[in-house]
Amino acid sequence: MTKVGICLAAAFGFGLLASSANAGELMAKPELLASNCFNCHGYNGASAGVIDELDSLPARRIVSKLNDFKDGKKPSTIMGRIAKGYNDAEIEALAKYFGSMGNK
Amino acid sequence: MFKTNRRDFLRMAGAAGASAAALPLIGCGEKPKVVVIGGGFGGATAAKYVKWFDPSIDVTMIEPNKQFTTCPFSNLYLGGIRSFDSITHNYEAMANKHGVNVIHDMVTAIDASKKMVMTKSGGKISYDRLIVSPGIDFRYELTPGYDAEAAEMVPHAWKAGPQTKLLRAQMEAMPDGGLFVLAPPPNPFRCPPGPYERASMVAHYLKTQKPKSKLLILDAKDKFSKFGLFKEGWAKHYSDIIEWVPASKDGTVREIDAKNKVAITEFEKHKADVLNFIPAQKAGMIAHQAGLTDQTGWCPVNFQTWESTIHKGIHVIGDAAIATKMPKSGNAANTQAKVCAAAVVDMIQGKTPGTPTTSNTCYSLITPDYGISVTAVYRQTDKGYMGVAGAGGLSPTGEGPQFRALEAKYARGWYANIANDIWG
Repeated sequence: MTKVGICLAAAFGFGLLASSANAGELMAKPELLASNCFNCHGYNGASAGVIDELDSLPARRIVSKLNDFKDGKKPSTIMGRIAKGYNDAEIEALAKYFGSMGNK
Repeated sequence: MFKTNRRDFLRMAGAAGASAAALPLIGCGEKPKVVVIGGGFGGATAAKYVKWFDPSIDVTMIEPNKQFTTCPFSNLYLGGIRSFDSITHNYEAMANKHGVNVIHDMVTAIDASKKMVMTKSGGKISYDRLIVSPGIDFRYELTPGYDAEAAEMVPHAWKAGPQTKLLRAQMEAMPDGGLFVLAPPPNPFRCPPGPYERASMVAHYLKTQKPKSKLLILDAKDKFSKFGLFKEGWAKHYSDIIEWVPASKDGTVREIDAKNKVAITEFEKHKADVLNFIPAQKAGMIAHQAGLTDQTGWCPVNFQTWESTIHKGIHVIGDAAIATKMPKSGNAANTQAKVCAAAVVDMIQGKTPGTPTTSNTCYSLITPDYGISVTAVYRQTDKGYMGVAGAGGLSPTGEGPQFRALEAKYARGWYANIANDIWG
């Protein structure tokens, strides 16, 4: 590939990223929101064990789990306290992000 | 090698911006350069995540040491329930897997106007954006008798590494029936629950290895993080070992006699067998040298981007930054680094960063199987980072051993995953 070709490919790739990030306007980009989960649940959602992994869960399960933690329907030591800090739009964005990883 | 051709970069960036606003402002001639100072929880995360958000950016991380021992879980090493190796990490994955240029050198100066970093070995490294994560330094001037030299006899062990090993060696040499004196610092300081987890792990060691010994905590404060949870745990497990003296009852240590291991308060002299004095703190030295600190000794930042409000183009994260409600913790540094990395990438690409939601999760161990936690979800507001109302908070007191064992288990799960998130 020529240098110009590589440039165009790079620009096109980042163009796509830009459009998805801009959809949320005020909300942080989904990959940033998701990366905030990695400190407990593992880099890219792949846990070393003990704490649940997130990279194999379908989006629907993530939404229902987070909402159940939030409402206290699902008992927890800590996730109830954390889930309450996220609004519906953020939960949707997180579910979409991790859900698409599970389809790999 | 480190000469960035800034003129070319700006020309390319300008051309891209003029032709299509939606396209990122990345020139193909010269890659934009991000330099990160520090390879701890903040710096190493920032370096890795700038690459994660945009692999086309050239990222250089400068850190003097080839290995990094974490303060989190160093108390477990002191308690004898964790090896030193298991809390020590290196930068091989950072360089080989994630494409970060890792330079082991000491930054001696930052020239904000020339956008250049100078190192001890004579390196001059230019940047388009600089991320500074220097951690803490000690305000030795506040305690007569205590300085870097005295710390070789009276360890602080508040930067993990040789100091941690020194403190452990002194614990091992201590006679059964001896007195361990721990003096936590005044606010604000690195890891608010840290001194009290340390007390717990030292007490665990004494209880199991030297049961006639005592632990005296001489505190510069009247209250501390996870207060009720620690008091409950200590009453259950260490009521015969730990005595906590608050500031209001002459707890504040005003002077240290390092040779004789004596902590001097207003009215008393406490002679210890092992004296662990944790001094008052300020932002890491390079932040002061570069003029990034204000009158508080810490670094004021813009909360959207973590860019210094004093020097443009320089971002400050981690313990050194003034982060309003966010504590000075390894976990907070990790999440701040991600927000900062995303903002730096957005700014380089000519985009507006979103409003970050971030969090802090902090576990402490009272015994090997008794964990407690505090967590918060933070949203950036015009008053800085504020906890989302109704979310976060402490784990409940009054819970049984099963709940506490689960928290201890999750503490270890957290450590494994955050270490891998940063150095893996």
